[in-house]
Amino acid sequence: MARIIIEAGRAERHYWLDLWRFRELFYVLAWRDILVRYKQTIIGVAWAIVRPLLTMVVFTVIFGKLAKLPSDGAAPYAILVYAAMLPWQFFANSLTEASNSLLDNEKLISKVYFPRLIVPASSVITSFVDFLISSVILFGVMAWYQYWPSLRILTIPFFIAIAFCAAMGAGLWLTALNVKYRDFRYIVPFVVQFGLYVSPVGFSSSVVPEQYRLLYSLNPMVSVIDGFRWAILGNDSQIYLPGFFLSLGVVVLLLIYGVLYFRKTEKSFADII
Amino acid sequence: MSDTVIKIDGLSKSYLIGHQRREKYLALRDVLAEKAKSVGKRLLHPLRGASVGLISGDEFEEFWALDDVSFEVKQGERVGIIGRNGAGKSTLLKMLSRITEPTRGRIEIDGRVASLLEVGTGFHPELTGRENVFLNGAILGMSRVEIKRKFDEIVDFAEVEKFLDTPVKRYSSGMYVRLAFAVAAHLEPEILVVDEVLAVGDAQFQKKCLGKMEEVSHQGRTILFVSHNMSYVSELCDRGILLNQGRLELDAPIDDAIDHYLNRLKAVNMPTYKATGDGSGSPYIESAWISYGDGEPLQEARTGDSVGFSFKVGNPRKGLSFNFSICDMMGHKVSNFNTLNTCERDLVIPGENFVCTIEELMLSEGTYLVNMALVEGGALIDHKTNAMVFDVCAASLRGRKIGNSNYGTSILMHHSWKLPS
Repeated sequence: MARIIIEAGRAERHYWLDLWRFRELFYVLAWRDILVRYKQTIIGVAWAIVRPLLTMVVFTVIFGKLAKLPSDGAAPYAILVYAAMLPWQFFANSLTEASNSLLDNEKLISKVYFPRLIVPASSVITSFVDFLISSVILFGVMAWYQYWPSLRILTIPFFIAIAFCAAMGAGLWLTALNVKYRDFRYIVPFVVQFGLYVSPVGFSSSVVPEQYRLLYSLNPMVSVIDGFRWAILGNDSQIYLPGFFLSLGVVVLLLIYGVLYFRKTEKSFADII
Repeated sequence: MSDTVIKIDGLSKSYLIGHQRREKYLALRDVLAEKAKSVGKRLLHPLRGASVGLISGDEFEEFWALDDVSFEVKQGERVGIIGRNGAGKSTLLKMLSRITEPTRGRIEIDGRVASLLEVGTGFHPELTGRENVFLNGAILGMSRVEIKRKFDEIVDFAEVEKFLDTPVKRYSSGMYVRLAFAVAAHLEPEILVVDEVLAVGDAQFQKKCLGKMEEVSHQGRTILFVSHNMSYVSELCDRGILLNQGRLELDAPIDDAIDHYLNRLKAVNMPTYKATGDGSGSPYIESAWISYGDGEPLQEARTGDSVGFSFKVGNPRKGLSFNFSICDMMGHKVSNFNTLNTCERDLVIPGENFVCTIEELMLSEGTYLVNMALVEGGALIDHKTNAMVFDVCAASLRGRKIGNSNYGTSILMHHSWKLPS
């Protein structure tokens, strides 16, 4: 028979074991979020397609045609944008969904015990499903331009993993802040919007002047987006390695900090929510 | 020693209660404003000490919701936890189900625990009955295989076969509760922790649930049951733990514990109720009081008196309905008064007091309790059990003298006898 001991600070020590024990709940919550998302409207699915597609068109016209920013090599500008739009949307959706997830599941948290990490994590999974749906469009766009990827495309799972870490780290951090400071939710949309412009979504990061490149790479999404482009655009895209590793380091730090901060705040969730 | 399944030792939980702020969470803007202020102060008066706490000017008071409670529960025991509102029952259950951590003390539990603090936790209105069974089952700690195995049994128990593939948002509140309880009733933990979930649903279904719980307990499982309904507690439990203001007052066979509790309850006359909201902006029952028909505060009602029940709802909004029940000492509902039934359908609960007047109080002598509930579209927004207590003494009704022996019944009716002349 399993013996459970409850005392102050105890749950702390068995956290990761508990997370494993509650894995089934994790699947079920993710399944629920996905089901609800795509059940409510057919627009649910359409939304995952229309949003990045329209943004891609607008960015291609503004940055590519009007501002005449250079693409990477010979790659069509639309593909350059869409290759970045994919991970960016995933990241942005994760932040938005995760940061509200605990408040949306307030009832659950005040009535049942489980490692709270499950809730924002399942929001990230839901955003990932959106990401997969939007990815299909990428192939459509590439076929339209008759642009074929090289073998580098096989490395894409690695960059998806980085995107996952970035989304999870930032997501957890914002989630905890959102529970602690109830007015924080007004800041999240701003952060997301701001991020879109400081990340190389509408333009190639090669347009950033050489001397600022390293500084620019402090943005964790730089490694993710550059990685995606490197994998999708094949030989047309060159990666700036020092920047990539710096940005990757930031992602790792963000993930560690996000988890730690979430864990620190988590204990009091049921009391303050 | 091996048959002790729950061992609670010196369990305490404290909360900090702010006096000035009503919200329990922080707003970033307040914290930033305070930080800026204290930086400003420090610049102006560099020699003075910095203020303590996140937000200065706020006094926090430590409140012990549970204070040094210890007891043990043996396997197969059915323990009823009773006490007034705020006695610490919910806090105890929350700690047993690991929702909050104790401040001090420790709990040792041997075996799988399932806690039912609410029926239908995690039910999603957009999902179908079938999907919600799986969802709710997982939340309560059942594995998928287990749910699959019991699925038919659950559906059978809830009597909702026909609506399995309908989103639960289209369910009547009765169906919803039945399905929710059915999932819970099929949990097979070694230890079952139940909060007043039986308070919902119709009487017939309540009986069914109670029967199911008794069946569970006969299989050698341990039950911890919290309820305000003394007849359920006495029917289901064999041992009672009475909590009072966070302390364990009595640990005795159930009937003794109930007697003790009822005697305490009789000694109080509590014709008013007051609460502060949680600051989240959602509606709540702010205050309630009982008065004589002419508005004077109630001391002791007499049978046949005109009595007014006044209520005030905080943060009211459209679509709310309000109801209250008068219950006897055992927690049996004697009568219910609902704005949905007696007022116009779209009654907008106002921000001011509203009054329900009972022209003639047709209750026999005794002590009565008032339960209140604020409902929105079938969902319980706020509710309080035993929020008020009032006494009724026998008097005369329309000129007829009412005796004080009513063979344990509480409702009186106008009647006349015809005798052969």
